Amino acid sequence: MMIKILTVCGLGQGTSLILRMNVEQVLGEKGIQADVEHTDVSTASSMEADYIITSNELAESLVGHTAKVFLVNNYFDMDEINKAIDENIES
Amino acid sequence: MRFLEEDIVKVGVEVTSAEGAIEEAGKLLLQEGLIEESYIEAMKNAYKENGPYFVLAPYIAIPHARPEDGVNEASVSFVQLKEPIAFGHSSNDPVQLVFSLGASSSDEHLTLLKKLTLLLNDTNNINRLMKATSYEDIKYILELER
Repeated sequence: MMIKILTVCGLGQGTSLILRMNVEQVLGEKGIQADVEHTDVSTASSMEADYIITSNELAESLVGHTAKVFLVNNYFDMDEINKAIDENIES
Repeated sequence: MRFLEEDIVKVGVEVTSAEGAIEEAGKLLLQEGLIEESYIEAMKNAYKENGPYFVLAPYIAIPHARPEDGVNEASVSFVQLKEPIAFGHSSNDPVQLVFSLGASSSDEHLTLLKKLTLLLNDTNNINRLMKATSYEDIKYILELER
């Protein structure tokens, strides 16, 4: 089954979409098949997913979610995104 | 769709707070009729309610709100702050480069975010934006990305 990933920001409009684009690029380079969606933090709470990627500032609001939540601090640092995915996503 | 044209870019702007920085970047969009005044308030409220998560990388903030908060045209403005300002982010403070995003629900929104992401994924561009002293410097960076 395809893994499901949410990228999450406060409003689900801008920053989560930026993170999604960079996450999709990294996944593509790794050849990992995944369904990536971007959304806001309150919608994410009621969505099913295998993984949630967000910033430290929003992670607190997602405590208790069934998905594995992990952080990216610099959304434009492809090396950090790469490393975070290596460490957290089993493929 | 408007992306970092001369009339929505300002370098060396002096502000004393994060709210001030958001206002300055928003004002550029407002002056051009790309957003309504309500959108600037919404960006400041989003900061108050959700915190500084939109400080996406060291030095870089991308304040925005929702399309329904008063966006007339999908747009991105840029303000380079003269002095860095703390937004309260745990790892990316202080902020010196502020991109205000007029979020729309059209395809143009995605196009703008792609352009912005492409620009900021390159740390050379970030260094150049930090050092820019005029619009000419910014234009040069944008032309490199074409």
